Amino acid sequence: MGIWDRLVRQATKSRQIPPQREQAVPKKRERGDPLEIGQATDIGKARSANEDAFLTLKSLIGIEPEPLPVGLLIIADGMGGHVKGKEASSTAIRVSSSVIVREILLPLLSSERTVAGSRPVQEVLTEAITAANHAISQLEGDPGTTLTSVLVMGHSAYVAHVGDTRVYYLHHGELRQITQDHSLVERLVELGEISAAEAQEHPQRSFLYRAVGQGTELDVDTHFLRLQEDSYLLLCSDGLWNQVPEKEMVEVIADSLSPQEACGRLIDRANDRGGEDNITLVVARVNY
Amino acid sequence: MPPSEGRKGLLHRIKVAQPSQETSEEPSRESLETERPPGLPPLRGSVPPTDQGASGLSGHVRSEDEFLSPGDTLQDRYEIRKFISKGGMGAVYLARDTRFPKVEKLVAVKEMIRTIRDSVTSRISLETFEREANIVASLNHSAIPKVFDYFHHERRVYLVLEYIEGTDLESLLTEMDYPLPKERVVDWAIQTCDVLSYLHNHKPNPIVFRDMKPSNIMLRHDGSIVLIDFGIAKIFHEGKRGTMIGTEGYSPPEQYRGISEPRGDIYALGATLHHLLTRRDPRKEPPFTFNDHPISAFNPSVTAELQAILSRALAYEMEDRYPSAHEMKLDLLKVARASDRPPSAIISQVSSGSDEREPTWYFTCEDEIRTTPVVYEHGVYFGAYDNSLYSLEAATGKERWKYSTDGGIVSSPCVWNETVFFGSEDQILYAVYVRTGRIVWTCPTNGRIRSSPKPEYDHIFFGSDDHHLYAVSAKSGQELWRFDAEAPIRSSPAIAGEYIIFGCDDGAVYALDVQSGELRWKYQTGRAVQSSPTVAHDMAYVGSGDSSLYALDLENGWPLWRYRTKGRVISSPVVSGNMIFFGSNDHHVYAADARTGALVWKYATKGPVVSSPQVHNEAVYIGSADGHLYSLAAKTGNLLWRFETGGPITGSPAVSGAMVYVGSADHTMYAFPTEPAD
Repeated sequence: MGIWDRLVRQATKSRQIPPQREQAVPKKRERGDPLEIGQATDIGKARSANEDAFLTLKSLIGIEPEPLPVGLLIIADGMGGHVKGKEASSTAIRVSSSVIVREILLPLLSSERTVAGSRPVQEVLTEAITAANHAISQLEGDPGTTLTSVLVMGHSAYVAHVGDTRVYYLHHGELRQITQDHSLVERLVELGEISAAEAQEHPQRSFLYRAVGQGTELDVDTHFLRLQEDSYLLLCSDGLWNQVPEKEMVEVIADSLSPQEACGRLIDRANDRGGEDNITLVVARVNY
Repeated sequence: MPPSEGRKGLLHRIKVAQPSQETSEEPSRESLETERPPGLPPLRGSVPPTDQGASGLSGHVRSEDEFLSPGDTLQDRYEIRKFISKGGMGAVYLARDTRFPKVEKLVAVKEMIRTIRDSVTSRISLETFEREANIVASLNHSAIPKVFDYFHHERRVYLVLEYIEGTDLESLLTEMDYPLPKERVVDWAIQTCDVLSYLHNHKPNPIVFRDMKPSNIMLRHDGSIVLIDFGIAKIFHEGKRGTMIGTEGYSPPEQYRGISEPRGDIYALGATLHHLLTRRDPRKEPPFTFNDHPISAFNPSVTAELQAILSRALAYEMEDRYPSAHEMKLDLLKVARASDRPPSAIISQVSSGSDEREPTWYFTCEDEIRTTPVVYEHGVYFGAYDNSLYSLEAATGKERWKYSTDGGIVSSPCVWNETVFFGSEDQILYAVYVRTGRIVWTCPTNGRIRSSPKPEYDHIFFGSDDHHLYAVSAKSGQELWRFDAEAPIRSSPAIAGEYIIFGCDDGAVYALDVQSGELRWKYQTGRAVQSSPTVAHDMAYVGSGDSSLYALDLENGWPLWRYRTKGRVISSPVVSGNMIFFGSNDHHVYAADARTGALVWKYATKGPVVSSPQVHNEAVYIGSADGHLYSLAAKTGNLLWRFETGGPITGSPAVSGAMVYVGSADHTMYAFPTEPAD
């Protein structure tokens, strides 16, 4: 117990002389960007329009001793055909991000570091998605969209999600899917009714039982994870995960010099394999 | 298989598809992509359906003259009165049969338009339409619409049916804001089992309805029900597999493998009833998750018996369901009779034998016991309001020693390294030798101590009414640091890694660096925090006087979620697996999902629940100010057993070995066996 070894060496019990911290172990990397974000979208090879949309927002509050990285990553995969799908996904992105910025990021910027914000994060993220749901329901036609958002604050990542766009977490070479697809086929695989291979070809594979813009009540999934140093967050639409096997995703990310490069290369891989849908992804590297 | 051409489909809304999609896909996919089978709009007696999305898969625009208008007459006999609803391939109209000139005989005319564009699709739609006609024509039951006529005219086909006046159950549910009364739902279920029985016992072959759901059950004004839309009903031939159709959400799992059997209708009926009783639309939930949550969480009026019926109907495997609609009906009749007695919704199952349990021993002292006992190596230690700390023999309750202070003890003791630590209202923290009760050291403060000390890293951490949180050496009592929170601290601290978390009477939850006492973060709630935090899953959970239970991010104090109760939360939460348990002054014991704050169950006692729960072997032990110690099943909240003491229980139980110990304001410490005595 290192803490208590230091304790024994401590001269006085009073708070006025804080115990000496050990010298920080010098980092392998140079002073780089604590939270590096790459993002990209591509129409793919089979579709006539790109109905995906995304948003990335990053801020670094550079206060010693530790700067606080803050990031907002959102992707949306629209449906409804051509213009409608795009309208749905971009509305979702704009409406949900403005709620999050207003209710979490602004208070974060305006108060002291040690004072925690007052509204529960999951409530705000859920409210952001239900606001998007409401806005899209007002649009003409019958458009819908998936919506997957991640808020990063220091070492905490808060996820709110609807649909089959995914969040993965990559650490120590292990890729873990954080979100659950709200697709019929996913449930059938889970229950052992069909195999994962059958799922790839299943005629109802793009059927969702939950999407944004469909009606009044919407159940939003939330997740919370602790981020470790040297790890990655990956958000992507099914245009990526349906085409590129997970092993390859890990290789490309680990192999690339930057998250932005990884994004470009993964899009190429998806297109090489047919590019049957729009491809959108965001890769964030945690360097702190 | 070709790549999925279409956009993503929403299972319960129709997607606007490309016109070419219709022709390029096989019938099985086609029928899945529409909410209703092709060519068969729902037969409704009411105004156009609430679900606007059910417009079928054709993307082409229909012109006005494709529909019949009021006044048009078919076959020189059926005079169209009004349009009722439209489907993808045709419409349903209300008409008058003029063959009976002196009376107003109203009928429903179902129309199917044969499109020229794709003859394959058209032929299949026609066959489906004819199949419905043939099936329904051969049936004779009061809950099935009668068929009167069937004919071709120009490029269209018509089915003339009995006009059912009423509302379908889906529309009814939408109109009402609350769950439908369970007695009515049970009554409709009994009627539906009747008609299913009739269909399943049809000779020569059973008929499987295949599309059981609220929108296909019409409720007449006299309370009788009618099953409508036989479009995809099918004559059942054992062993033959068909295509995958039906409505997602209500369809049984085996229907996805093309198996349609009478027991599939039972599953779908279970799904329908589940929807009506909980208001949760299965098309919007992950498929096949009906049995994941107890129904009583959504509708407390549902008894255990009714829940059991639905669970059996909704069994995943066919063999586990009711073998026939008749058997399900028998169970439903029992429930219908039983509902004359007032139901006790939440106290549902009681394990065999009585629900009371007798203590193994009990020990009485001179004043209230408000604190939680601690068990250490065959000894039970607890404080009482008579100023003493007691040490008893755990197996027998015999007193070993007691230590007297000058103030009441409401702080719970802790044990470390053969030493018992506890605080007293005489403002002093005591360290006393476990075996003999001999004093080891004392630490005076300037306020009463009601917070319970916690041992960690060879130090003792505790709060005092003098506004400070103290960190003192466990061996010597020497102070390491103290933190000034500027208001009394009655909550007990929790230590996790580098953090020490505690609540304060000023409503804030503090996180300090455990080594230095420096502030890391602070979260402000609305009222005093006297609940003690618990740390799990990288979160700090704590209740507040503002009636909420909070889940705070351990690193920065940001609240992840909050669960609101109707009374102050003084009880300290306990996490076991993915569930979190806690009590509220609103008399309830709550169980929620620790990651999202979603309620799993709640149990009503008759007094404020200030006590904190203990979880052991799938059972939750907790005391209430109503004087009872409760043992509830951790997964469902069902009562396992309880015991009534002579006064409120404000301390928490302690579980060790095969015993549970709890103190009461009736001056007594009790010990119970965790397993029933043989």
